[in-house]
Amino acid sequence: MTVKVKFFASLKEQMGCDGATVEIGEVATAADVWLAASGGKAMPANVLVAINMEYGDPNRQVCSGDEVAFFPPVTGG
Amino acid sequence: MRVEVRELPFAPWEALQRYENEVVSTRYSGKYGASAVFVGTMRDFNEGDEVRGMTLEHYPGMTERELERIAEEARQRWELLDELIVHRVGELLPNDPIVLVAVWSAHRKDAFEACRHIMEALKTRAPFWKKEQLDSGYRWVDKNSDGY
Repeated sequence: MTVKVKFFASLKEQMGCDGATVEIGEVATAADVWLAASGGKAMPANVLVAINMEYGDPNRQVCSGDEVAFFPPVTGG
Repeated sequence: MRVEVRELPFAPWEALQRYENEVVSTRYSGKYGASAVFVGTMRDFNEGDEVRGMTLEHYPGMTERELERIAEEARQRWELLDELIVHRVGELLPNDPIVLVAVWSAHRKDAFEACRHIMEALKTRAPFWKKEQLDSGYRWVDKNSDGY
């Protein structure tokens, strides 16, 4: 299946891009998507995950067409 | 409820006045006895360094949804009539307003507590990121100061 990946802020700089479209097996979690998009790097402990613009656990399953975003702790306000 | 993410500088007190005049005072005439407001402004110092400017990045789409979810949660918990949240993104300079949170309620307890809750939830959940411009270069802000 195909999943859209987004990176933000310092993570975007570390990854060298603001996202990608990744092909992954039919049964996959957000953590699997991270591995596919990052080339196998370990996910930093403080990274937050959003699936279709809603916070989610890295172990949550994703579906084809989902948008999976990874970003550092937020610092607005 | 209104949630706005603005790319350009805004005047929070004017935005507040306009929203109260155009929306709250007509929709809830005679019903609100308490309004609580928080305005966040950019400082020229952080972590012992002088800060010359700041870039605020966000996640378009999720930002607005998360702010709406936060306001909706506050509505479930307190007796609120209306909420206004405005947040800047883009390039900011010291003294520029960053955020406006305002709530209208019948009573002060709900107004004070909900305004503070919305602000604290925004700080920990709304997908904004600050990048500071220092004399020595750029630095991503990686944590918030304590709110409670």
